[in-house]
Amino acid sequence: MKPAPFTYHRARDLDGATRLLVELEAREEDPKVLAGGQSLVAMMNFRLARPAHLVDIGRLDCLRGIHTDADGALHLGALTTHHQVERAPAELLGRGHAVLRDAMRWVGHLPIRTRGTVGGSLAHADATAEWCLLATLLDAELVVHGGGGRRRVPAAEFFLGYYTTALGADELLTEVVFPREAPHAALTEFAQRHGDFATVAAAVDLELAADGRTVCGGRVALGGVAALPVRVPEAEAVLARGDTAGDALFAACGQAAAEAVDPPSDDAGSAGYRRRLARTLVVQACEEAFAR
Amino acid sequence: MSQITHEPPDRQLLTLEVNGEAHEVLVESRRTLVDVLRHDLGLTGTHVGCEHGICGACTVLIDGAPARACLTFAAQAEGSAVETVESLDGGGGGSAPGRRLSDLQQAFTEHHALQCGFCTPGFLMLAEGHLAEQPAPSREEIREVVAANLCRCTGYQTIVDAIEDCAARRRAATSEEGPCN
Repeated sequence: MKPAPFTYHRARDLDGATRLLVELEAREEDPKVLAGGQSLVAMMNFRLARPAHLVDIGRLDCLRGIHTDADGALHLGALTTHHQVERAPAELLGRGHAVLRDAMRWVGHLPIRTRGTVGGSLAHADATAEWCLLATLLDAELVVHGGGGRRRVPAAEFFLGYYTTALGADELLTEVVFPREAPHAALTEFAQRHGDFATVAAAVDLELAADGRTVCGGRVALGGVAALPVRVPEAEAVLARGDTAGDALFAACGQAAAEAVDPPSDDAGSAGYRRRLARTLVVQACEEAFAR
Repeated sequence: MSQITHEPPDRQLLTLEVNGEAHEVLVESRRTLVDVLRHDLGLTGTHVGCEHGICGACTVLIDGAPARACLTFAAQAEGSAVETVESLDGGGGGSAPGRRLSDLQQAFTEHHALQCGFCTPGFLMLAEGHLAEQPAPSREEIREVVAANLCRCTGYQTIVDAIEDCAARRRAATSEEGPCN
């Protein structure tokens, strides 16, 4: 279908964009931020979304790019595309953050990844989206600009539910910061068709002891089992036991994750099916993370 | 009785660079790039399938990268170089009957990589975009890339064959020319 009519605004600079959002929101004009548009335009074509105003931030080149700061934290500008991350050279995106690069192959298809943006995906907050899962797994911080100034929101406080975030209607996500390296992390998922949104997605970040074989801790995050991406403390407790990496440990971790979650049932899969997927995918993610 | 008011639709005066030519169009803001290409510029080679980014029939190049023209508002493409299937040219002059197929189009023909042809413009632009970035793709990479678009006739094998063959011929042509010629 064709999208419903709206008023188009092209932002020239960040302050102009936030001023406009504040102004439109004050008039209850229902503005929506347009970045790459790979989720929003599809929803508008379906008329699932009918914003009265679109603020196109696509020209704000200051929001594009990848850099590492003096503390070793990786900064991704909100308008950085999935494909830019996928193709980022090692000097921009080193081994410690390779999980981000490798996860991009799960994001839609190439023509979606060339236009879709990191910030757009996070702000859209699909419960199975790769960026939402990665941000949750790796304690990312989301940098937000708005009428109230600039603030940093931890991922754990950013996602609130289905397509719902802590972003105010007059706020703009400008950057996501991954504060630390995760050299032994992996994301994997299952979708009924290649490139679709995942039915369940799993991501694991292992902490290995100096011997390279003992798992001394780690994080486990799942998408598609709740209204937002979730960490699974029960599965993380298994990783914290100090066992040797291997089939027994990873199977126990997967089992703990499956028992801990209470997934929804819908067309893509029943709760029981999703629980079995969670178990299988956590085991796979553990194996891939350890193999790094 | 409440008064019905019709606000005039929000419009944009856009300059779009399509296939190397600048076009000025005055269109509703909600007009997608694919509709501007087809309805305002008459470039009907780009097809419209699903209008929600699944089928890939509308794939064009935006600044050299394959993109869904149905998931891009025309206003977003202003300032970018758009290339459609009409840009593919094997020589022979303009749009005259003498114009030849491009090497990629020729490879699609030779390998029977199309039957009904509806999806073909999208596949061609997808392949052009990928080969520009990766001139020596593995068969597995080509399979991964063409998974982006739907074809209900061929079963994909022949499309993969055509792209692989075209890439190999381009590489052979480049190495024959040599870096110093």
